[in-house]
Amino acid sequence: MVALCSTCNKERAALKRPKTLEQLCRPCFFRALEDEVHATITSCRLFRAGERVAVAASGGKDSTVLAHMLTLLNARHGYGLDLLLLSIDEGIAGYRDDSLATVKRNEETYGIPLTVLSYRDLYGWSMDEIVREIGTRNNCTFCGVFRRQALDRGASLVGADKIATGHNADDVAETVLLNILRGDAPRLARCASAFTGAGGPLPRVKPFKWTYEKEIVLYAHFKRLDYFSTECVYAPYAARGFARDLIKDLEASAARPSAIMDLIHSAESWTVCLGDGGGDGGGGGGSDAAASDGAAAAAAGGNGSAAAAGGGGGGARRPRSCTRCGYLTSQPVCKACLLLEGLNSGLPRLGIGKVKGGRGSAAAAAGGGRGRGAERAAAGCGAQGCGGGGCGEVGAAAAAAGAAAAAEAGGRAGRPPRRAAVIEFESEGATR
Amino acid sequence: MKLCIEFGGGLELLFGNQKNYDVEVPADGSLTVRQLLPWARDNLLQDRPELFMKGDSVRPGILVLINGCDWELSGTLDAELQPGDEVVFISTLHGG
Repeated sequence: MVALCSTCNKERAALKRPKTLEQLCRPCFFRALEDEVHATITSCRLFRAGERVAVAASGGKDSTVLAHMLTLLNARHGYGLDLLLLSIDEGIAGYRDDSLATVKRNEETYGIPLTVLSYRDLYGWSMDEIVREIGTRNNCTFCGVFRRQALDRGASLVGADKIATGHNADDVAETVLLNILRGDAPRLARCASAFTGAGGPLPRVKPFKWTYEKEIVLYAHFKRLDYFSTECVYAPYAARGFARDLIKDLEASAARPSAIMDLIHSAESWTVCLGDGGGDGGGGGGSDAAASDGAAAAAAGGNGSAAAAGGGGGGARRPRSCTRCGYLTSQPVCKACLLLEGLNSGLPRLGIGKVKGGRGSAAAAAGGGRGRGAERAAAGCGAQGCGGGGCGEVGAAAAAAGAAAAAEAGGRAGRPPRRAAVIEFESEGATR
Repeated sequence: MKLCIEFGGGLELLFGNQKNYDVEVPADGSLTVRQLLPWARDNLLQDRPELFMKGDSVRPGILVLINGCDWELSGTLDAELQPGDEVVFISTLHGG
């Protein structure tokens, strides 16, 4: 009943490849997938001999397969890479604590040293504590921003030259969709690239950019790789889930597996003109250049790499050091410091949404030096009335509510209401 | 019809945190995956059926293997099951 492998014509086929519709047996599938990843690595020039590469390891399927495959390809093709595992412990009970056990087993299996850094070590807050402050609506913003920095910081700490992440083709297609929905032109220009941050201190590579999630899961299943598969307990509330469902629907229900490749291809083909940027934005992020290979991305110059390293909201700006933590940013104060300030001042929604100019001033004005345990009601948008709305997206009504709360807070402290702070806050920059 | 059913990739959480089931599924003569799905949903699933099925099929993103082979090789919903077959459901819908 089941057909023979279309490559070797000997073994029974084990799967139908979504990308090529070929029917392959397990050994031929393993080899085909490994060869494709090797092709991505070489054609996009993701690595150079002698580099120390931190593999971002969550214990999940993608990073487990990535650690396995990079170890294998490094040996098979003599990349000459010094590989190591880097894990971030967000502090989510029942999720990361279990998955970290998986990463520790990976450390032994692949003989790659592991470093674990926690949000609590780096930021003073665990994700569980953040969710207690902010609820489950925008918490993935915190997690994403903190993790991005945490990986960079961890990678510098272990002396890595580069970070490899397990983002697969489905993830990239999702991100393309999300950036369209958010109208985030700078990210749109680079999100489909396998190589980002070429000009920065810690470039990132995605060797699985062209690899379907289905094949990663089947590779792990057929090879009996040890991975951890519990959904993040907070993820059902994330916007990404909707984009993911849409993509899976296109792939399966519309019987069009190529939808994933098509989305990535289209993102690569766009030329996004970044008009803003105070003089250094001319020319725009030619996404062709940014998308295809490392050399091209590097050649694309300050603009593309600035955006990649900085992670700013509107308009690519020259990267600079955050005035608080020194981390590379496109704004005076980096996103993580802004989010942290909100948390520490009892205004946890501060960093979510849009800010035009003067982030620092908005933060300072709104924060007013409240301690971490400050009553939420006293803090503009942390107020109960604002809770369900997600203050980053609110309109006039919520702004008014915020103003009222700020007025109340100001009144208590014997100060006039800080209306300006609320308005700036309302128009704050895009989230990741 | 006797079947071995396995849930993985986090799907087991919907099925009482149990990965393997040896079951006897009522069938007059033949049984297809299309018939097995609602039976599993009604008899084995304990939580959030919308995360397992969509329409008359599995939720997109859930892989199905019959005797270790992708169900797309044997007709997906119309794949005919034989006594003793092993059917594996793996969710891909989780973080990586």
